[in-house]
Amino acid sequence: MPSSSNRIIVTVIGRDQVGIIAAVSAVLAEAHANIVDISQTTLQEFFAMIMMADLEHSTQPFAEIKERLNAKGDEMGLRIDAQHEAVFNYMHRV
Amino acid sequence: MQFSAQEIIETIRMVQMENLDIRTITLGISLRDCAHPDLQVVATKVYDKICRVASRLVPVGEEIERDYGVPIINKRISVTPIALVAESAAANDYVAVAGAMDRAATEVGVNFIGGFSALVHKGTTSGDQALLASIPEALATTERVCASVNVGTTRAGINMDAVARLGEIIKDTAARTAARDGIGCAKLVVFCNAVDDNPFMAGAFHGIGEPECVVNVGVSGPGVVCMAVKKEPHADFGELASIIKRTAFKVTRMGELVGRAASDKLGVPFGIVDLSLAPTPAQGDSVARILEAMGLERVGTHGSTAALALLNDAVKKGGAMASSYVGGLSGAFIPVSEDEGMIEAAMMGAISIDKLEAMTCVCSVGLDMIAVPGDTPASTIAAVIADEAAIGMINAKTTAVRIIPAPGRVVGDVVEFGGLLGKAPVMALHPWSSAAFVGRGGRIPAPLQGLRN
Repeated sequence: MPSSSNRIIVTVIGRDQVGIIAAVSAVLAEAHANIVDISQTTLQEFFAMIMMADLEHSTQPFAEIKERLNAKGDEMGLRIDAQHEAVFNYMHRV
Repeated sequence: MQFSAQEIIETIRMVQMENLDIRTITLGISLRDCAHPDLQVVATKVYDKICRVASRLVPVGEEIERDYGVPIINKRISVTPIALVAESAAANDYVAVAGAMDRAATEVGVNFIGGFSALVHKGTTSGDQALLASIPEALATTERVCASVNVGTTRAGINMDAVARLGEIIKDTAARTAARDGIGCAKLVVFCNAVDDNPFMAGAFHGIGEPECVVNVGVSGPGVVCMAVKKEPHADFGELASIIKRTAFKVTRMGELVGRAASDKLGVPFGIVDLSLAPTPAQGDSVARILEAMGLERVGTHGSTAALALLNDAVKKGGAMASSYVGGLSGAFIPVSEDEGMIEAAMMGAISIDKLEAMTCVCSVGLDMIAVPGDTPASTIAAVIADEAAIGMINAKTTAVRIIPAPGRVVGDVVEFGGLLGKAPVMALHPWSSAAFVGRGGRIPAPLQGLRN
């Protein structure tokens, strides 16, 4: 299997605004997903926040969390996505 | 965090802004156990086996897409060359088997199924002859079935009887799909040195040395390579090659991940990652634009062959490091109708059929998705195939011809195929006849390059 870990990377891209971290954290907390790390940067003129979360003890399946994050993004006019960390492991680590 | 923000953003940017995607997950399925003396039984067995083995392909593809956030554009199926499967039946028309493949593809939700094929590089069997005879009708009466014929290898030479025959078959296929500008020909590939594990359509088939079932992955990413090249307009050739290698490495890693995940979820062995740069008609997904980003005013001008050689080689070097199993065609594709930059160059007359032929000496495949005038003689089409096969035979590489003599169309017309097949300006061929040459018959002997033992 490409990755046995349960960690996901959540990325938020869009215009900076109040409450981004709170909103994303709320969705993750509701699912009992543990936030492992947070950082932020810029992607061209946009704000980009990156969060790593562990779904080890999560009460919701990944697909559902991803859907909720997508919906939260639509609500706030942001692009919120979630991917398994394996993608980044494969692309950037040998 | 174990990844830097830059690394994460780079991946996101490649996917969201530069069209990085997995072009295809192709499930190869052996149909050798579908042989039967009654063709209707063969067709039923083919349908049942494909539906059974591939039932989870599309949902698994969608699941991987969601988990990893990487678009997987196509889920496809390749099968054992039908000439080998149907030969057991006493029939000289295999259209019923193509119909079964088409229905099975619809049932499992794949847009193309490859393998209505024959391998005739040294000669034809009765099954091969029946398959060749069935191609025009099969392509005219199905939507999703793709056909291919291997007419030459470096080891065997070129079967010129088959080449001549294919000139006729291509004309016939065009005529039977005339209402849609000869679209049937877009689903027919004539190969020299065809490979057993190609995941890309229309030329995919499940080769005879392959296992019962296998997952092959075709990566893409011309847009990602193009952006990387554009960022360094003053890099010298060594640095340019290195930029392309690094990018190809990352793109291929994604393919490796998706291939392994698909293999795991489907419980089917992982075959290969095909390192091809496969363009689409979408903006920002063009191989031609990479060559232009290297400093050519228009693709097709002098320097295009050298630029493509560098690109093709660097993609292979970077990709080969990224995957345990590399295979398939693995090189840059230069289909005219499926590449926005190629379409533009062809429309303005910047690129000719002769330059395209030269470029196929240094890249993957060959004269691909080229529309030519509808009144082109079959012997001229056969001669185009012979030239391309000769390039493949002598250079021990895969070459292919996918040419569409669009009925009623003349040079300057534009033929629209729609979707991933794109649109093709009708290109001029040489007007002088090759009929006497093609009509000689027999085989072109294997070259010295084939004597490797």
